[in-house]
Amino acid sequence: MDFDALISGLDRHTLDGITRGSIYALVALGYTMVYGVMKLINFAHSEVFMVGTWTVLGVYTAIGATSGSGLAMVIGATLLALIAAMLASAGTALAVERIAYRPLRKKGAPALIFLITGIGCSMVLVEVFGQVLRVFFGRPFGRVTVNIPAVLETKTVFTIPGVDLAVSNTRILIIVGAIVMMLALDAFVNRSRLGRGVRAVAQDPDTASLMGVNQERVIMLVFVLGGAMAGVAALLYTVQYDITKFDIGFIIGLKAFTAAVLGGIGNLRGALVGGLFLGIVEVYASAVWDSSWTNVYAFVVLVVVLMFRPTGILGESLGKARA
Amino acid sequence: MSEQRMTQDMAEELKDTSDHDLIEMHTSGEVGETLLEVDHVTLRFGGVVALNDVNFEIRRGEILGLIGPNGAGKTTCFNAMTGVYTPTEGKIRFKGKEIAGTKPHKINHLGIARTFQNIRLFPEMSALENVMVGCDARHKSSVVGVLFRTYRVRPAEDELPESGIRRSLAKVFGVSRHTLEERAGRRRSMELLRFVGIADRAHELARNLPYGYQRRLEIARALATEPELICLDEPAAGFNPAEKEDLMGLIRRIRDLGHTVLVIEHDMKLVLGVTDRIVVLEFGSKIAEGTPDEVARNPKVIAAYLGEPDDAA
Repeated sequence: MDFDALISGLDRHTLDGITRGSIYALVALGYTMVYGVMKLINFAHSEVFMVGTWTVLGVYTAIGATSGSGLAMVIGATLLALIAAMLASAGTALAVERIAYRPLRKKGAPALIFLITGIGCSMVLVEVFGQVLRVFFGRPFGRVTVNIPAVLETKTVFTIPGVDLAVSNTRILIIVGAIVMMLALDAFVNRSRLGRGVRAVAQDPDTASLMGVNQERVIMLVFVLGGAMAGVAALLYTVQYDITKFDIGFIIGLKAFTAAVLGGIGNLRGALVGGLFLGIVEVYASAVWDSSWTNVYAFVVLVVVLMFRPTGILGESLGKARA
Repeated sequence: MSEQRMTQDMAEELKDTSDHDLIEMHTSGEVGETLLEVDHVTLRFGGVVALNDVNFEIRRGEILGLIGPNGAGKTTCFNAMTGVYTPTEGKIRFKGKEIAGTKPHKINHLGIARTFQNIRLFPEMSALENVMVGCDARHKSSVVGVLFRTYRVRPAEDELPESGIRRSLAKVFGVSRHTLEERAGRRRSMELLRFVGIADRAHELARNLPYGYQRRLEIARALATEPELICLDEPAAGFNPAEKEDLMGLIRRIRDLGHTVLVIEHDMKLVLGVTDRIVVLEFGSKIAEGTPDEVARNPKVIAAYLGEPDDAA
């Protein structure tokens, strides 16, 4: 136990935690929106994130962006990668919905069938990147960790005086990017016509359709929006960690799901609270104890919080989230 | 939304315009023609016959009452008409088009809306938002249009924002159709709340409204979808005589707006007082049909409601 390490580096650890938590929170939105509308945990969502990271790599490779590129190239490549990752992740999420979930819904399958189907989809996607694409295209696909060029090089932008904390450009991008996307999504759900439809279906699906809300369209919409948020998370993740792997989604997905449950699943703001809380706890705990136990700390926190607040920290539903 | 614009919107809502043009129904059909046809409908659940060869029609512009003792199949009949159940035999036609098997939201788009016997509002939305969900059914914006505000239209002079910079921007780039529809929907919803008499609590969460307000809110929400046929499922349940009197007036005014009304009701006085024609169900079968006077005098109906006299045989 080394509390001195935590105290002396508190500012740095907090910044680390917020960075990590922002990414969890963005991925958590996908779980929480789908749960809010369908009462379904979409276990394939972790692979929606994974596809996003590979898309970033694909874009960088295609346009030849590397760590030494000029400013115009850095901005262009990052923006292009962002849009591509959002599209690819949203597309994957939508494909899972259309191919796997929709036929089950039409046949009125019980909830457990949806869960196991989600796990199945997740495995298929993992193996596509771990095996199938390898067979057709060779490297970099396969069961190894792949480096993604650090197109946006980490530079210190400013130092917070007093605590002497160096804040880098990548951290600013991650934290600001995540917060902007979340505010946009929150505004969309609470203020727009389609968002009102989403809330109506979340509160009472049958009544909503009798009032003319197209339930299928709302379901498509939450998968697409959740997927797009996972795409943003994928880009931000690669900016920070510069790697991807066929099974990279597993642990991030699990953490994001934990964050969603911690914050109160089905609640958009809960995803933010849960994500940041989890990120910070992980980093703090790793500083005090051994950092190789990071995942253990995360899930111990989940168990402890749920013991006292079974519905999560904010514990509301998607329907309830309002301005 | 900035504070300033919020207050501007609210000020607009509070203006007591009582603008019936906003909520009037414009239909092409003629009063008296058949609007909905229940054509020899039978509905079975396993061995239970919920509806047995029920046959009647609803004519445009009338107020039709559907009555019968508990368990007579009134609500089942309703559910079949709004696409919740598909008839085992027979057809339900709306404006000549068969509606069995059509999805509920499509039936709503065709022009049928309903309220519920046990209130089913969206509890965590304000009264105004509840009605706006109904209005949304008629809007045209696409997903892309809402997300990126792509579809720009040139606004009329009175639709331009009041403040300087917003006004200039709107003049150059136009206003997104979503924004215009949203504003129109808001105005119309407010007008509907005023129409049913609950505009004073428009911004309260639906679950916090008193019972009578919730019932009226359901009616406003159904009206918002611009239904040619509005079906009210026991709208007077739990009302005292004064409230029932009010409700009768409201039902007449709904018809005067241009809607056709179907009322399911237990309360004989209300049904006899407000309807043009009545259909009586018992044990899933139609036992009588006619004007309130005819039905009130029909011995079968009296027997169904009061029980057969013991010495009838």
